[in-house]
Amino acid sequence: MKKIDFPNKNTAHNINSAIKPIIIIGGGITGIQTALDLADMGLHVYLVERSSSIGGRMAQLDKTFPTNDCSMCILSPKMIDCARHENITLLVYSEVVEIKGDPGNFTVKIRQKPKYIDHLKCTGCGDCISKCPVKVPNEFNMSIDTRKAIYLRFPQAVPKKVVIDSDHCLFLTKGRCRACEKVCQAKAIDFAQMEKLVELNAEAVVFATGFEPYDVSKLKEYGYGEIDNVITAMEYERLISASGPTGGELMRRSDNEIPNRLAFIQCVGSRDIRHKLYCSSVCCMYATKEAILAREHYDNLSATIFYTDLRAGGKKFQSYISRARDEYGVSYLRGRPGRIEQSEESGNPIIVYEDTTTRELKKTEVDMVVLCPALVPSEAHSMKNNPDIEIDEYGFIKIPDRIFSPFDTSRDGIYACGFCQAPQDIPTAVVQASGAAARVAEFICTANVR
Amino acid sequence: MKTRIGVFVCRCGNNIGGVIDVPNVLEDVRSISNVVLAEEFMYACSEDSLSTLKERIKEHGLNRVVVAACTPRTHEPLFKRCCEEAGLNRYLFEFVNIREQCAWIHAHEKAKATKKAAGLVRMGVGKAFLLKPREDIEIDITPSAMIIGGGVSGITSALNLARQGFEVHLVERSDHLGGVASDFKTWFPDREGDRKLSHLVRSIECDENITVYLSSKIKDCSGNLGAFTVVIQDGDKERTVVVGTIVIATGAGVLKPHGLYGYGELSNVMTQMEYDNLSKRRKEKYKKVVMINCVGTRVTERPYCSQVCCMIAIKNAISVKESNPQAAVHILHRDILVYGTAEEYYRYAMELGIGFSRYTIEAPPQILGEGSGDTVRYYDETAGKDIDISCDLVVLSTPLVAQEENESMAKLFKVPISEERFFLEAHQKLRPVEFATDGIYICGSARWPVDIRESIAQGYAAAAKAAIPMHRGRVFFEAITASCDEKNCSGCGSCIEVCPYNAVDYKDLEEDRKVVEVNQVKCKGCGCCVSACKNGAMQQHGFSDYQLLSMIEMMA
Repeated sequence: MKKIDFPNKNTAHNINSAIKPIIIIGGGITGIQTALDLADMGLHVYLVERSSSIGGRMAQLDKTFPTNDCSMCILSPKMIDCARHENITLLVYSEVVEIKGDPGNFTVKIRQKPKYIDHLKCTGCGDCISKCPVKVPNEFNMSIDTRKAIYLRFPQAVPKKVVIDSDHCLFLTKGRCRACEKVCQAKAIDFAQMEKLVELNAEAVVFATGFEPYDVSKLKEYGYGEIDNVITAMEYERLISASGPTGGELMRRSDNEIPNRLAFIQCVGSRDIRHKLYCSSVCCMYATKEAILAREHYDNLSATIFYTDLRAGGKKFQSYISRARDEYGVSYLRGRPGRIEQSEESGNPIIVYEDTTTRELKKTEVDMVVLCPALVPSEAHSMKNNPDIEIDEYGFIKIPDRIFSPFDTSRDGIYACGFCQAPQDIPTAVVQASGAAARVAEFICTANVR
Repeated sequence: MKTRIGVFVCRCGNNIGGVIDVPNVLEDVRSISNVVLAEEFMYACSEDSLSTLKERIKEHGLNRVVVAACTPRTHEPLFKRCCEEAGLNRYLFEFVNIREQCAWIHAHEKAKATKKAAGLVRMGVGKAFLLKPREDIEIDITPSAMIIGGGVSGITSALNLARQGFEVHLVERSDHLGGVASDFKTWFPDREGDRKLSHLVRSIECDENITVYLSSKIKDCSGNLGAFTVVIQDGDKERTVVVGTIVIATGAGVLKPHGLYGYGELSNVMTQMEYDNLSKRRKEKYKKVVMINCVGTRVTERPYCSQVCCMIAIKNAISVKESNPQAAVHILHRDILVYGTAEEYYRYAMELGIGFSRYTIEAPPQILGEGSGDTVRYYDETAGKDIDISCDLVVLSTPLVAQEENESMAKLFKVPISEERFFLEAHQKLRPVEFATDGIYICGSARWPVDIRESIAQGYAAAAKAAIPMHRGRVFFEAITASCDEKNCSGCGSCIEVCPYNAVDYKDLEEDRKVVEVNQVKCKGCGCCVSACKNGAMQQHGFSDYQLLSMIEMMA
């Protein structure tokens, strides 16, 4: 077979090339890695992200297991590489709404929400943010603190450009203010921007749309939203993060005190026939990491993890668990708590569970409970408009031959990698990201030889 | 030619300008001789500032440029390119970070932050004096790959790269392709697995881009990314090939649990693999099957979880039940590890009536019986007592273990292995299929025990990494490498020991004297060798002793 020359392998774009770009949906670590690999090979890539910055869930994590690497420190260089790569076009604040056409010749319709900012002019200096009078719950910090109506998703955002939240901006909702416009020295504010629909011609499409946490308030027995200091793991990540809303202090929402007794509950909605049957695959490990971080922060804190099976099969995972147990004194208790009650005296959560080693029903009062929710495929992508790509019974993108064709969806030329096709941890998702890139390259080479 | 230095200080809106007194910094730097121009920008990185920068280089005849702004990680390439466009060699540019290192970190001490910024800019100028023009290191990539190991991950890498149009050499030490996966007779949930695997093997054999070397091993490897010279040995025959990239996919072995649970002594104790290979008729003979998981794993001498054994046990248990619904099947385990939607098969197994019970490592199961096992006794934590299960077959789930050859392979390719003797990738989270050494990649169970699906996914991933330089055909590296001044080298070899990239090696000088030499492609410019050198013979381009001393002098 002949070797195909990819168009942009060394220098600037060769727009006359017969090879069309690749569209990657989702700007988390998986989409970023697929984009980088394909772009490094010399293909032109569009990376489509629905929020205003790439980075995805990994950007919200404090540290990562089992190396305890700072998540942002290892992710941020990759985000910057994406922004700098001459073969990658970032389309943030954008969503794919339709994929039509045939393998090797898709027409992809993308909705670009108005940012009300000229991103060519915005330098990300942040002067406008300090002047904006509107405060809105900050979704990046799981609504623990607030952001402004004009905002950067997080300080290391890529592109480092602000957007205006049209639902809350005073000028866009009430027709007055324009404080940002007055202060912007780069003249980047543009209230005349409209939503745009663009159509791109693409060789192939890769889904990397990731996950979101399951709504744990559906498990009434755990009292999330009703009992003080019962929080989710994602909220915990933002609390323990030095760049988070509390500067890394594990403050209880009820009284700003640091908990002494901390408990984690696994499989909240996972491995549960009432909710999600499958195992979310990462919770045993991240709960262990979160417990280690708490112990690193606070000498007097005790941490207990309630688990079903301890699933720690990845590289160096067992030794990580041993370290948590032996060096950090994290306790592992087998059992799935039946419910959480609230103490009438202290207001603290009380965990009711069966100790399977003694077969006794027990109650234990703690200062904070972290629920580790089932992780479910991200709603955004499910491409309701696009009946041609099959979704499995859980909402994951269906891979008809999981073993031998691990990235091929039900439709030729459309691939999926990362959490959107099955629960997995970061290294597995990064493997899948590169793997999907190899699969796309193979698809393009074989199609163009024929 | 006179050194003419231009200094440009960025305000970054208020990010720098709000803390640091920029005119003060400029005034300070103007006092240094050879600084012919010092000016500020509101945003140095904006398009119009970059155009101005280019004009200034030309109109003032600048031959060194210093920019004081933000982080080099994001912005250095931009300014380097700008210099180049103005006709100045990119290595004559020096970047100073006064945002993160001054304005942000000292936001509440403006005067001190300004003093520090001025100092850092002076140091930048001090280095700029002594910058030398260089060219990027450029290497051509041979568009061919060597895959070592003909299991599922190696096969996947080979086919993918061949289909991308590259020449592939696939080396397998046994006399057939397929690896451990081909040793399995039954597959689940994909019952067509063995047929599909044979199809893959046939595709390899038919692909004109792939040369297969069976019953062969690697005898020697030298060179670097783009041109590795590899010697393949097949009995007495040797063949040398030159390849651009190498993928290590040598897989893992399956532990034979001699000395555990009567294996090798009791006639009806066997491994999962041995059970899988029994004929259908022999399998049907067994009516009371007990499986024990974590045999020889998650124990002191082998603390890891091999990840694949639970699923194999469930697969074999299902096959017992499906061929003989009356049979009693029991799995004794410590934790059932089935990730993701594989939970469905665990549920299915329970629905078929397969028993799952936990045993504890403190009181592992015992097999009772003479000559053959007839009862398995285990302590059931939940019941709080010993429980006996009658059996006519005991199947042991044993882990994947690192190949014996990994140590010699690691030496041959100069790549690291972990304490468990699996290969060690460049970064566990974000570079799972690469080594720190460019051009050599890793996939499958040679890296860590993984199932067939993950082996195949990793095979693809390693292929992507190998394909990148091969598609490009030519790769450029920044020339901030180390090099050795042979006059001053004593040949002590300290630098060789500390180099994490195996870039330094001995070379013989004519007058019977050993010195070292740095492979300019492998060197990543980390500077370890420079600090290890006792004679000052090792110097790093762009960070030489005299450049650093000049920076320090500017502060004196």
